Amino acid sequence: MTQGKSERLMNLVIALLVTRGYLSRARIRQVVEGYRDQADAAFERMFERDKEELREIGVPIEVGSYDPLFDDEPGYRIRRDAFELPAIALEPDEAAVVGLAARVWQHARLARDTSGAVTKLRAAGVEVDADRLSLVEPRLTAGEAAFEPVWEATTSRTPIAFEYARPGQPPRLRQIEPWSLLSWHGRWYLLAHDRDRDAPRMFRLSRMVGAVHRVGEPGSYEPPTDLDARTVATQLLPDGTAGTATLRLRQSKGLALRRRASEVGDPVDGWQPVRVPYASELELAGDVVELADDAVVLDPPTLRAAVVERLEQLARADGGGGAA
Amino acid sequence: MSYGARDQVPRMLAMVPYLRDRAGVPVEQVARDFGVSTAQVVKDLGVLWFCGLPEAVTGEMIDVDMDALDDEGVVRIENAEFLPRPLRLTAAEALSLIVALRTLRASTASAERDAVERALAKLESAAGDGAAAATSVSVLVEPADPAVTDAVRAALDRRRRLRIAYLVASRDEQTERDVDPLRVLTEAGHSYLEAWCHRVEDVRLFRLDRVVAARVLDEAAGDHADVPRRDLSTGVYQPAPDDPLAVLEVAPTARWVSEQLPVESATDLPGGRQRLVVRVGDEAWLRRLLLRAGADVRVLEPDHLGAEVVERARAALAAYG
Repeated sequence: MTQGKSERLMNLVIALLVTRGYLSRARIRQVVEGYRDQADAAFERMFERDKEELREIGVPIEVGSYDPLFDDEPGYRIRRDAFELPAIALEPDEAAVVGLAARVWQHARLARDTSGAVTKLRAAGVEVDADRLSLVEPRLTAGEAAFEPVWEATTSRTPIAFEYARPGQPPRLRQIEPWSLLSWHGRWYLLAHDRDRDAPRMFRLSRMVGAVHRVGEPGSYEPPTDLDARTVATQLLPDGTAGTATLRLRQSKGLALRRRASEVGDPVDGWQPVRVPYASELELAGDVVELADDAVVLDPPTLRAAVVERLEQLARADGGGGAA
Repeated sequence: MSYGARDQVPRMLAMVPYLRDRAGVPVEQVARDFGVSTAQVVKDLGVLWFCGLPEAVTGEMIDVDMDALDDEGVVRIENAEFLPRPLRLTAAEALSLIVALRTLRASTASAERDAVERALAKLESAAGDGAAAATSVSVLVEPADPAVTDAVRAALDRRRRLRIAYLVASRDEQTERDVDPLRVLTEAGHSYLEAWCHRVEDVRLFRLDRVVAARVLDEAAGDHADVPRRDLSTGVYQPAPDDPLAVLEVAPTARWVSEQLPVESATDLPGGRQRLVVRVGDEAWLRRLLLRAGADVRVLEPDHLGAEVVERARAALAAYG
């Protein structure tokens, strides 16, 4: 069965590729082996399905009028320039990095898409060595359940809706126009136009709950053209306003903060003043609390208050069982 | 894997130009390049034999040299001039490959970067729609100090030992150690150096953005071929089976905590709270995570862990008077 179908599809592709003009259905039925013996209705059904399947794998079947005098009867053909992969010549080192790229995706569907691309490049004469050892082996994972539908919607510019659970709040329905997907520290984020709030928002894919629904047609909006995902990301990720904090660090402690410091002062009584630029006050408060009595916030007052509040919550807990 | 027409037709459309280019290629090589069994390649060839020009044109079918296949295990085809090139990349194929190359570009040192740039430029121009869609995906990798990546690169290329100053975040310590570099990899947005560490006499992962300084030494690096490389398919952090267990109760506002912990089991509690059993070898690391999480996480077990967190918080508060 599969064998017969594959054979028929191949012969249909070849027939439509070598024809000079459009082929009518009747002609196609005559020249393609698998159609010849079918009854009228069976042929029509089969041909419709075959065309659809070929389009799904990327075969560009054109519909036109095969007869200039009678333009109501459709004809079909495949234009060679639309079908064929354009000439592509990769240098050996370029082909080598394509081989490495083939191993990057750790997500089943995207790994399959990538190897489909590599197979075609190989068929176009590019010698890709997929087993080449490399010193650099980046991997992209996508474990979030929402990843595939969101990927689909973002790359086809399709509006979607989903339940979104922000920390500490019940899930709420959000209707959005996806602009840009972003992998950051191993997690996927979606930058999108939020229709209800009429403003850009950043969503974490792991917080999308349940199914992702399409609420519009593909290509029904245009993301801003001057979008710099990296810049927007740092603005929209946890609480935004950038600044520089002044801290006191115990000598030779808080090494991670020291690495980010713009200034480190001279030690006095075993402590050093440091100035640390930050993108998120919330994150920096976490960094400071983590160091416990090895770090003290001097400025800004909001950060100082945030750190004190968190420490008080921790300290209020009764000893034995942890924070109650 | 399914061998339906949905897989077979795209494969055969690529196989024809592939084989035209490589007369006499061993069937095993074809199987490897297409990611299928040799039996499947033979089946594909059996189908191709019945494919060709419609009778009205010349009636020529693709000619597969079955004798060469049976006797020598090599593949030769003829009469396939009508399929000289593979099908264009689909938008999805182009997109996934371009994003993968961009990830490589973001993770790679200067030498390879140039080749990635050139490959990307060529593919983007050959890819059409998929390349356009790729503008809506970006992968950010935490940048490491270029002086460090260059030294690591040089040590790997010249197979030399490397002396690194490394920040052990969980203990807030800087350590100095000599390592034999094995490879660089990127996982969860961070780049790591996998190396044989002479201090602990074992393979370790070093996050590149925590390598404070690196210097290439004159000693040759061992290749440590007998030591198994880390399997990262389950994540960078892999607890040992005998690491102690801790039991935590997590408020719904602190779900991020469970994303960072090696969770053995999770139980849902009323009010959206969760009880997590985690296995953590490094208690100092867990203590810091608990301080960061604040009152949203309660330690149920072990007792001393909760007490230490409270004690450290009280000591810290003293400084604010």
